[in-house]
Amino acid sequence: MVTSLQAFIGQLLPLYPELVIITIALTVLLLDFFVDRQNKAMLGWYSLIGIVIAASMTIKLSGLAGSFFGGTFLLDPFAAYFKLAFYTACGLGILISMKYLDIEDIHRGEYYALMLFATSGMMLMASAGDLISLYLGLELMALSIYVLAGFMRSDSRSNEAGIKYLLLGAFSSGIMLYGMSLLYGLSGTTNLNGILVFLRGADLANPVLFLSMVMLIVSFGFKVAAVPFHMWVPDVYEGAPTSVTAFMSAGPKVAGFAVLLRIFAHTLLPLQEHSTVILAGIAMITMAVGNIMAIAQTNIKRMLAYSSIAHAGYALVGLAAGGREGAASVMLYVLIYAVMNMGAFGVVIMLRNAGVRGEEITDFSGLGKTNKAAAFLMLIFLFSLTGIPPMAGFIGKFYIFKSAVQAGMVWLAVVGVLFSAISAYFYLRVIMVMYMHEPKEEFNLVQSPALALALAIAVTAVIVIGVYPSGVLEFARASIIGIL
Amino acid sequence: MPDMQQIINFIITIGIPVVVLLSFILANAMYLQLMERKVLAHMQSRLGPMRTGWHGLLQPVADAVKFMFKEDIIPAKADKWVFSLAPLIFLVMAFGAFVAIPFGPDTVIFGRTVHLWVSNLNIGVLYIVALAGIGTYGVIMAGWASNNKYSLMGGFRSAAQMISYEIPMAFAIVTVALMAGSLNLTEIVQAQSQKWFIIVFPVGPVAFFLYLIAGVAETNRAPFDLPEAESELVAGYFTEYSGIRFGIFYMAEYMNMMIVSLLASIMFLGGWMPVQIFPKLLGGIPPISWINTALAAIPPTLWLLAKLYFFIFFYMWIRATLPRYRYDQLMTIAWKILLPISLGTLLVAAFMKQAGWM
Amino acid sequence: MINQLIFAYFAAVIVVSAVLVITRKNPVHSVMFMLLLFFHIAGVFVLLNAEFLAAVQLIVYAGAILILFLFVVILLSVERESQAARANRFWPWLAGFGLIIAGEIALLVLRGSFPGEGKMAVQVAGAGVRDLGVVLYSKFLVPFEISSVILLVGLIGAVMLAKKKTNE
Repeated sequence: MVTSLQAFIGQLLPLYPELVIITIALTVLLLDFFVDRQNKAMLGWYSLIGIVIAASMTIKLSGLAGSFFGGTFLLDPFAAYFKLAFYTACGLGILISMKYLDIEDIHRGEYYALMLFATSGMMLMASAGDLISLYLGLELMALSIYVLAGFMRSDSRSNEAGIKYLLLGAFSSGIMLYGMSLLYGLSGTTNLNGILVFLRGADLANPVLFLSMVMLIVSFGFKVAAVPFHMWVPDVYEGAPTSVTAFMSAGPKVAGFAVLLRIFAHTLLPLQEHSTVILAGIAMITMAVGNIMAIAQTNIKRMLAYSSIAHAGYALVGLAAGGREGAASVMLYVLIYAVMNMGAFGVVIMLRNAGVRGEEITDFSGLGKTNKAAAFLMLIFLFSLTGIPPMAGFIGKFYIFKSAVQAGMVWLAVVGVLFSAISAYFYLRVIMVMYMHEPKEEFNLVQSPALALALAIAVTAVIVIGVYPSGVLEFARASIIGIL
Repeated sequence: MPDMQQIINFIITIGIPVVVLLSFILANAMYLQLMERKVLAHMQSRLGPMRTGWHGLLQPVADAVKFMFKEDIIPAKADKWVFSLAPLIFLVMAFGAFVAIPFGPDTVIFGRTVHLWVSNLNIGVLYIVALAGIGTYGVIMAGWASNNKYSLMGGFRSAAQMISYEIPMAFAIVTVALMAGSLNLTEIVQAQSQKWFIIVFPVGPVAFFLYLIAGVAETNRAPFDLPEAESELVAGYFTEYSGIRFGIFYMAEYMNMMIVSLLASIMFLGGWMPVQIFPKLLGGIPPISWINTALAAIPPTLWLLAKLYFFIFFYMWIRATLPRYRYDQLMTIAWKILLPISLGTLLVAAFMKQAGWM
Repeated sequence: MINQLIFAYFAAVIVVSAVLVITRKNPVHSVMFMLLLFFHIAGVFVLLNAEFLAAVQLIVYAGAILILFLFVVILLSVERESQAARANRFWPWLAGFGLIIAGEIALLVLRGSFPGEGKMAVQVAGAGVRDLGVVLYSKFLVPFEISSVILLVGLIGAVMLAKKKTNE
């Protein structure tokens, strides 16, 4: 019995990073009882240690590629790349939360546990080799984030965000399950490789196949907030606690693209002819709606929500372009997007102080005079979101549009560049407000070492990737090997 | 066109068992009421029903006639459909559970091998648990549809109680399924041919104890009879019921008792296996071996029925003995005492099974 | 043939009762139709020889989840709920739109073929609870364990969002 137990534990080796994250989450729940209300940030640091351990394990396990547990769990460079992105998103998310939670008076241990559970769900999504584990990973992530979105129990906007996200998320999960079950009915297997093998020999004109593909696009469109499945985004992003919004604009979106890539660049590759057209169309209207609607926003969280819709559109361009270059550009883009978006939210969080909401764009007026450092950081992140060189955002967009041109979709690239130009209007307006307007009132920016650390990491990443992109791009290119 | 042989076969394999089972259940449901009244009476130094028939033996018949001819009142403000449906759900679920119960091993009657069950389900235990869960609807629907605060309180109490006690009960059942390696009731009995599960130390007695307590609570019997606590809630969820519908609730309660008792006998007391006095230790010594042989000669079905009536007597006994619990105590018992114990039992049982100690 | 007829019956009742669930004015009646729905879904499982799933469907959905629904619904005021609007004034348009999509799906499915019919992800003989357990703990170990974490998160979330505010 002892030997069989040892053998069993040995088998779990590929799962170690996930197990570490889940174990840390469980111990956070336990330790929560022994930590005073004032010292809850300790739990955050503890969670960060767990993330670092898991990251080092993921790097260590990168030599062990293959499929495990009967093909339900995959270890490949692709999964490892995305897991590192999730660690980044979760780590930054925890760092920017600590002070904010104190200010909002919602500092509880469950917050960190749920962040970690959500991260483990994303990791399982990236590693899923089977429709069932894919779906369950997604639900684990989504369920944690529903709760996080409604974390401010006494705030009706937060309640609204939680319930809206839950209802629409459940609805999209239903569509996804329908699509998956059709795929299973067609191929007789839930294994992604098995489905690919089936599709290679199948009659691709079968309308049911088309139907299931459309359903998968629709449901993942919900998860990555692509138009026309984006209705929930502004309300949820606005209502959720800002630190959660930051995390949820980065983590789940990146995870959604991991799954989209895994499915449309690998499993459903034989259907590329059909999927490209749909994805290109969705990419176009997503960019259009996201950028145009963002112009009218006065609330910075809503503006960033529409901006995140627009960015999903750019990433979808790369997905529609397809091929190795397209996939690599999407991977590069979502990583850059995650970092710069979380950075921007980090600055928004600095404005939230006792008594000040700091969510209106007018709240930023005069920030350039009263707090030069914060304004400058915001400037860098907004430049990066606009896509102005030498920030990372430029590099990301550049490779996306380049892959679209290479795939022969010049029109899509042109549309993308046009809408990027439009986006400059609302990003630069915030900068204008910060530097040109007079300060309305005395600012008391929130400062904490954790927040400073997060912003330092984000700004360094944005500039380093912007100046020297080939390192990350090569990493992304090398990671694609696993699936293509 | 099915020929005569098929029709006869159908009647023999399905028709006769169903008819026999139905009459058995109905007769029991009627006479257990009498038994309860008699047992309680004698425990309280009374005589109980004496006038109708010899020692009240015809009392159930008289009661049945009365139920049927009394006016069936549906309160004006009641939800008519739900009100009428509730007792039926309760009854059908109680009836349905009997289908999966094996009353003995295959027996040869009139030269034909007869199965003493209606349906030998592979998932027998789960099926019964599922139906017990649905039975809760009857109670809560009756409580709500009556449009009466006492009924509603009774319905609520009952639903909360049944949901809470289902959990330790299910864990006790899972422990048994683990020990037997099967969910099939016949196989569970056969797995006890060497050793009844109640004497598999240490998990057997604990699981039995859990099941017994949860079983009493599941059937809303004293000392867990808060849903129909007459001193607080008139008659709980069936306060507004009268006539035949009241009779149905009354009968279904006894049928549920029978199901719980039958399951207890099958899962822990070896079902139809005969009682043997230390067969391994003293089995060879003459007077004891004679007794053992004599006990083994009694037909298996009678053994099962004996165990059944033992449990039913036990039920009545505790009703006569124990006072009612308070509601918060009831919940504390389920969630803070029984649930942790049942989880622990399951873990220990799994460990023992894996280590081969069982 | 007879199997298809039975399936057609189950499917029809499932659809009809699902519609009734969302159209009844009385929430308790909605729950009753939901119970009917769950029963017929269990029936479909039995028809597919998945007796274990049928029992679990009844135990978990009907016996536990729906009972708690009923518990909450009963606390609502039926009169007020019955007067509340079930849908906004656009509902005929939306229902028509839904019907069109449903029709399209039906059309596509009718025109398509299912070459994978009869193939199963897991080959299990009979009700095979034992085989099901073996598969769950070997091939599908990871999804199985994830689902336990999902349930834990649900538990934490429910307690977190619903527990009384304490001053600590």
